[in-house]
Amino acid sequence: MSAPLLQLDRVTIRFGGLTAVSEVSVSVGEGELVGLIGPNGAGKTTLFNMVTGVYQPSEGTIAFHGKPTAGLKPFEITARGIARTFQNIRLFPSLTVFDNVRVAFHLHLNHDSVHSLTRGRKFRAEERELKERTKELLDIFNLYRLRDEAAKSLPYGDQRRLEIVRALATQPKLLLLDEPAAGMNPAEKTELMKLIRFIQEKFQLAILLVEHDMKVVMGICERIHVLEYGRKIAEGTPGEVRANPKVIAAYLGKSEE
Amino acid sequence: MTEFLQQIINGLSLGAIYALIALGYTMVYGVLRFINFAHSDVFMVGAFVGWAAVEKLHIPTGTIGGGLLVLVTAMAVCAALGMLIEKLAYKPLRGRSTLTVLITAIGVSLLIQNVAQNQRIGFGPNPKPFPEVFPVRQIHLGELTLSSNQLIVIAVAAILLGALYWIVHRTRIGTAMRALSFNSTAASLVGINNNAVISFTFALGSALAGAGGVLYAMNYPSIDPLMGTLPGLKAFVAAVLGGIGNLPGAALGGLLIGLIETFVSGTRFSTYRDAIAFAILILILMFRPAGLLGKLKAEKV
Amino acid sequence: MPPLSQRWLLAALALAWVVSAFSGRMDAYFLDVAMGAGIAIVLASSLNLINGFTGQFSLGHAGFMAIGAYTSAMITTALGPKLGWSAPLQQWLLFPASLLAGGLLAAIAGFAIGAPSLRLKGDYLAIVTLGFGEIIKVLLQNMDSVGAARGLVGVPSYTNLFWTFGAAAVTVYAVWGLVNSTYGRGFLAVADDEIAAEAMGLNTTRYKITAFMVGSFFAGVAGGLYAHLKGYLNPSGFDFNKSIEIVVMVILGGMGKHVGVIVAAVLLTVVQEPLRQLGDFRMILYSLILIILMITRPQGLFTWKTRKKVEPA
Repeated sequence: MSAPLLQLDRVTIRFGGLTAVSEVSVSVGEGELVGLIGPNGAGKTTLFNMVTGVYQPSEGTIAFHGKPTAGLKPFEITARGIARTFQNIRLFPSLTVFDNVRVAFHLHLNHDSVHSLTRGRKFRAEERELKERTKELLDIFNLYRLRDEAAKSLPYGDQRRLEIVRALATQPKLLLLDEPAAGMNPAEKTELMKLIRFIQEKFQLAILLVEHDMKVVMGICERIHVLEYGRKIAEGTPGEVRANPKVIAAYLGKSEE
Repeated sequence: MTEFLQQIINGLSLGAIYALIALGYTMVYGVLRFINFAHSDVFMVGAFVGWAAVEKLHIPTGTIGGGLLVLVTAMAVCAALGMLIEKLAYKPLRGRSTLTVLITAIGVSLLIQNVAQNQRIGFGPNPKPFPEVFPVRQIHLGELTLSSNQLIVIAVAAILLGALYWIVHRTRIGTAMRALSFNSTAASLVGINNNAVISFTFALGSALAGAGGVLYAMNYPSIDPLMGTLPGLKAFVAAVLGGIGNLPGAALGGLLIGLIETFVSGTRFSTYRDAIAFAILILILMFRPAGLLGKLKAEKV
Repeated sequence: MPPLSQRWLLAALALAWVVSAFSGRMDAYFLDVAMGAGIAIVLASSLNLINGFTGQFSLGHAGFMAIGAYTSAMITTALGPKLGWSAPLQQWLLFPASLLAGGLLAAIAGFAIGAPSLRLKGDYLAIVTLGFGEIIKVLLQNMDSVGAARGLVGVPSYTNLFWTFGAAAVTVYAVWGLVNSTYGRGFLAVADDEIAAEAMGLNTTRYKITAFMVGSFFAGVAGGLYAHLKGYLNPSGFDFNKSIEIVVMVILGGMGKHVGVIVAAVLLTVVQEPLRQLGDFRMILYSLILIILMITRPQGLFTWKTRKKVEPA
């Protein structure tokens, strides 16, 4: 029985007088596709921000690969193998599509500032290799054709995909997707569902998905956690969660009778 | 002890002026989220308008009425100048990157300074003596010797601060200013004319700076086109010390900086007194960037 | 076989050497302006790394220049005679060593200033760097050992075309090289969106400090070159106005555009003299142009659409 990849244990965070998240325990196993849902303001993105090190929990622990992540800075957490996308897309707007992905290979670089100046043979070889890998990654998602476009000039759907591809370049073991389906039409959402499943398999990673669209969540997640007002109110398979009266009440206000 | 009290009065007098200038910085920052670099030069213009009011308009010196007239004239001209600058240089840049606006503000500052320094169209670079616009008396309180000018500075500053408080908290336009500083989109959606409020804010802040210029010149009666730089920077530090965007904070910050500077001048470190303000700035920004009375705004991720 | 970029660098250095050898035949005024232009390129390119590529608004570049200038000048004027080296050795060994020393000290100052300040954003960082620049000036004005407010005189004229254009070539190569690598794209990412950059595993603080240190190193070198060109130093020459002059070059050239910034630096140096004819009106014109430029063309004068191209190695 292996330990889960990501384990949040009774995590609580307070901002001044407001308790945004309270005693939430969530786990994600290796290679699992887990959903995190709940009405607006339930604390889902805040949870993400704690996992990625943007905030530090007031109480409780977060462990990745069994090791606690307390006190680590965001870039250190990414180095451990957790990558994310953002609710409001945060690409590097003035960089090209190509460079957006290329820069995310940063963690696996063997060169730094000094090598950029000396530009020896190893440096050049590594640069060629990284450009090759960037090309391959972009090709998989059919974005290589747009490689020289500035990221900010891409259509919305492509931007969302690019953000995911960029996160993949960091070679994560766990990918956090923050409302990837926002702003998409039904056809795009179906494509997205296929894309997420594809990524899970091809890159062998676990995915934690925050999403409002029930069709997407119920359609692809293996397990779902439900938050309301910062507390976890349910957990289970899509079928279990769908039928859970507490979940229904949270979304509809009162029981449907 | 007398020495100490003397320094307190000196510090408060100087600090009151810094407070007036700092309020202008903080109001503009609250409403537009940018640092009006040219504000220090509006302060300088105030002093020169005061000078010109006597030299060119022949307002009589040494009378209370004359002094008040000079003050009001400077405030009015500076208010107009502030509105003009906003309309010509800052309004076209609404929504652009902070860097662009900051550079433009620097450009405006340089422009005003250099026009003022110009021999033909300005006042020339040489310092000019500032006339005694109010009647000057030495006042003796026990063992303290105070200049009436210092007391006038404190009194006028207090009145202006009171007036500002009344405007900001008791009038519709003041409420509009506060609304704008919280959320400009929401403000326009509830029917506030953002442009008018912004213009008014500039006018108000610049009027205070103009008053500050006259008051400063009364106590340090040698004026020159570059006189605004250092007081301006110190007033900015005061605004940050108090919490940028926070009006009472700016006033408090101004008084504190004035007191600290005055006391440092009395020590052997006096040649470093100009650097003290910067040192304070760096310390605040490192340890308490929200300032004494401010609240830190977090970026939403 | 070194990569293309290094071959360009070597060619530039060789050219600088050759041209410098003929400097005896050139008009003194032209020489002065040319060397000034070289120094300006070093200053503008180094600031471009900080402001343009990494998006950190520094208004205190003149302070680093001052540190380099005074360090370098003190080494040649105070240390030089004590060493008792022959004149050519002083000029060709001590002088470049002093430039490096000036650059290193400036880089250390860059670290000391950058480390606490770089967590600040936009306007605040600008003011703090401005403050540091002024503090450096005030400190120099109070240090009797370097002449305080009277200034430092008697700095030997070791600067020539080779050193100035050589330094310019090295600076441009260094900035270009740093930015043009997978690692170097990180600077631009930090400028674009720090939070996203952190999320992608970039240590944004390290990037900012690196940019600051490299930028201030070259500013220090420029200072040393400047000291040995003018022959005397005064702290007031390294004030906010000087920092603004350099900032204007970067903005005019288009922040983050190598060639544009070089052109702007040369242009602004070359027009200094004729502009001086305008006397009082020079700065008025300058500031008006600055305002109009920011309103109408903030991307700089020399930014044109860059074509797709294969990056040289």
